[in-house]
Amino acid sequence: MIDALKSWEEETKTKERKEFKTPSDIEIKKLYTPLDLGDFDYLEKSGFPGGRPFTRGVYPTMYRSRLWTMRQYAGFGSAAETNERYRYLLSQGQTGLSVAFDLPTQIGMDSDAELAMGEVGKVGVTIDSIEDMALLFDSIPLAQISTSMTINSPAAVLLAMYIAIGEKNGIEPSQLRGTVQNDILKEYVARGTYIFPPEPSMRLVADLIVYCAEEVPKWNAISISGYHMREAGCTAVQEVAFTLANGIAYCESVVKRMDIDDFARNLSFFFACHNNFLEEIAKFRAARRVWAKIIRDRFHAKKDRSCMLRFHTQTSGVTLTAQQPENNIVRVTLQALAAALGGTQSLHTNSMDEALALPSEKAVRIALRTQQIIGYESGITDTVDPLAGSYYIEWLTDQIEEEAWEYIDKIDEMGGVTKAIERGYIQDEIAKKAYEAQKRIDSGEDAVVGVNRFSAEEELDVSLLRVRDDVEIEQKAKLKDLRERRKSDMVESSLRTLERGCESSENLVPLILDCVKSYATIGEICGAMKEIFGEYKPTILM
Amino acid sequence: MIRVLIAKPGLDGHDRGAKVLARALRDAGMEVIYTGIRKTPEEIADMAIQEDVDVVGLSCLSGAHMTLFPKVVNLLKEKGAKEVGVMGGGIIPKADAEKLRACGIEEIFGPGSSLKEITESLKSIVRRKGENA
Repeated sequence: MIDALKSWEEETKTKERKEFKTPSDIEIKKLYTPLDLGDFDYLEKSGFPGGRPFTRGVYPTMYRSRLWTMRQYAGFGSAAETNERYRYLLSQGQTGLSVAFDLPTQIGMDSDAELAMGEVGKVGVTIDSIEDMALLFDSIPLAQISTSMTINSPAAVLLAMYIAIGEKNGIEPSQLRGTVQNDILKEYVARGTYIFPPEPSMRLVADLIVYCAEEVPKWNAISISGYHMREAGCTAVQEVAFTLANGIAYCESVVKRMDIDDFARNLSFFFACHNNFLEEIAKFRAARRVWAKIIRDRFHAKKDRSCMLRFHTQTSGVTLTAQQPENNIVRVTLQALAAALGGTQSLHTNSMDEALALPSEKAVRIALRTQQIIGYESGITDTVDPLAGSYYIEWLTDQIEEEAWEYIDKIDEMGGVTKAIERGYIQDEIAKKAYEAQKRIDSGEDAVVGVNRFSAEEELDVSLLRVRDDVEIEQKAKLKDLRERRKSDMVESSLRTLERGCESSENLVPLILDCVKSYATIGEICGAMKEIFGEYKPTILM
Repeated sequence: MIRVLIAKPGLDGHDRGAKVLARALRDAGMEVIYTGIRKTPEEIADMAIQEDVDVVGLSCLSGAHMTLFPKVVNLLKEKGAKEVGVMGGGIIPKADAEKLRACGIEEIFGPGSSLKEITESLKSIVRRKGENA
C-alpha cells in the first residue's frame, strides 16, 4: 500500500493552482487513504451513535426518529409585532421559537433609559416587563413548543418571566422546554452584552443552572456558545477549544454545589457553521468527542448522558455579502447541509438579506425552506453520520481534536479561561485571526464571490424590513402607564429582598421570580443587582 | 501623523470590523485610538477633542445609526471641533447613508468594503479638511 501510494504520487505530480489549507490553517493533502488513519480504533474513536464518545451523534437514530428543530432567530419592534412573526413562522412549519431581544433588554435596561435611545426594538423585540412577555407569547402553546432565548446577563429575569406566564396559563415549570443562552464568558470576549463583573456573573450563571436542574428539568440552563467568538474572527479549531474551555469553567463553578451527573444534561452548546464544508462537519464531530472526554475524565461523570454535547447551529453571518445578496441563499444551503451532516440538534438558517437589514418575511421563508429541503428532500437524513469512515473526514476530525486539546491545555496553564480572558489572550487571538482573514480577502487570496471575484454593477432588488421608529415612543408610554398602575410597595419590597439576596449566597432565581411577578421591570431588577454587584468595566483591547 | 478615533456609539457589541480597521490604519502608519464598545455620542466627541484626532470613525451594526451618528457630528460642531472629519460604517441601508451624508458624515462604508478603500478615503478626508482649514 505504501509503495503503491508513493508511486501514484510520483506519477501524478502536477503544478497545483494554490496551497491547500483549511481556514484553521490545517494543511490538506492531495489524497487521503487508510494510511492516514493508522491503527484507527473504531470503538474508541467513533463508537455508536448515542454512546460515548458520541463522535457519530448524540442519539442512536438521529434524524431517522426526528429531524433537527428548525428554529429561526427572530424578534424586532414591539412584542405584538414579533408575536405575529412567530405565529407566521410556526404556520410555515417551523418547529421551535428563538427569541431575539433588543440591546436594551439584553443589557438589562428599560426602554426609557437614556442609553437605550435609538436602540429600542432594533436588533430584537423590546421587553420591559412580564406584560410584554405575555404579549410576545400570546396564543402560543408553551407546553408544546420549545423556546430558545438569546439572553445572557439578565437570563434569570427573562426565564422568570417565561415561567410566570406559563404558570398563569396553567403550565408547570417542569413542562417547559427551551434554552437560555446564559453564557457570560463569551460576552466578555466577543458579544459585549455584559452587565456585572465576572464573579457575580458566574454566580448568576450557576444559580440558574442549579435552579433549572431542580425545578425546570427539561430546560437547557445554558447554551455555551462558540458562535460569537467564531463570528468575531477565531478559527474552527479555536471555536471548539474556546467554547469547551468556557464549558469547563461553568462546570467547575457548579460542581461545587451539585453533582456533575445532576446538571450536565442541562448544558447545551451553540456553534457557527461557516463556508469550509468538510472542516465544519469534522469540527462538530471533534467537539462531541472532546466534550465527552472532558466530562468523563475531568469531571468523573458516571452517566453517559452527562457526556453528550447537544448543540444548536446558526449559519455564518460574516460570510453573507451585501453584494448580490441572492448568492447568500447558496452559501446558507451549504452551511446548513454541513450542520445537518455534523449532527446538529437545532438549526437557524440565515436569511439572504442579513448583510443589509433584519430579514424580511420573504427572506426568512426562503431560509426556512432551505432547511426543509435538506431535511425532507435531500436524503442525507436517512442514515446516521453518513460521512463517517471517509479517510479525510476521520483524519480531519482527529486533527481538529488534537489542536483543540493544545489550546485547552494552554488555557489550563494560564490558570483557566477566566484568567486567559483577564489577560486578553482569547480576545487577542480572535482579533488577530479576524485581521488576517480580512487581509486575505483584500489580497484576493481568499475568494468571496460577488465581492472580490465575479463582482457586478447592480441595482439592489430586495425589499428590506424597517423597524418602525415609533416603537420607542410607544414603549416608553407603556412603561409609564405600567409604573402608575402596579402596586409600587410590592415592587419595592421584592427589589429590596433581591438586593439582600445578592449580599448573601442564596439562589437568586426565586427572588427574581418574585420581582417579575410584582411587575418590576428588567431595568429595575438589574438595577437592584447592580447596586450590590457593581458594573463590569472592560479594559479596551484593539 | 494622521490621528484617528475608532468609536462604537450605542449599545452594539459587534466590534470585529472596528478592530480590524483599527489594526489596518495602524499598519498604514496612523495613530489609532479605539474607544471600546457602548460609548455615548457625548463621550465620543469629548474623546475626539481630547485626543486631538483628525478623523472619527463610527461603527454601528445595531440599526441605531440614524440616532447616534448625527449626534456625534453635531456635538463636535457645538464643541468647536468642526474640523474633525467623521466617517461611518455598519449595516446601513442606502437611503440612510444618503441622509447621513447630508448630516455631515463624510463617507459611509458597508459590508464588503476593502481596508484599502477605507484607508484611502480617510486620507482624502484629512487632505480635504486640511485644504479647507
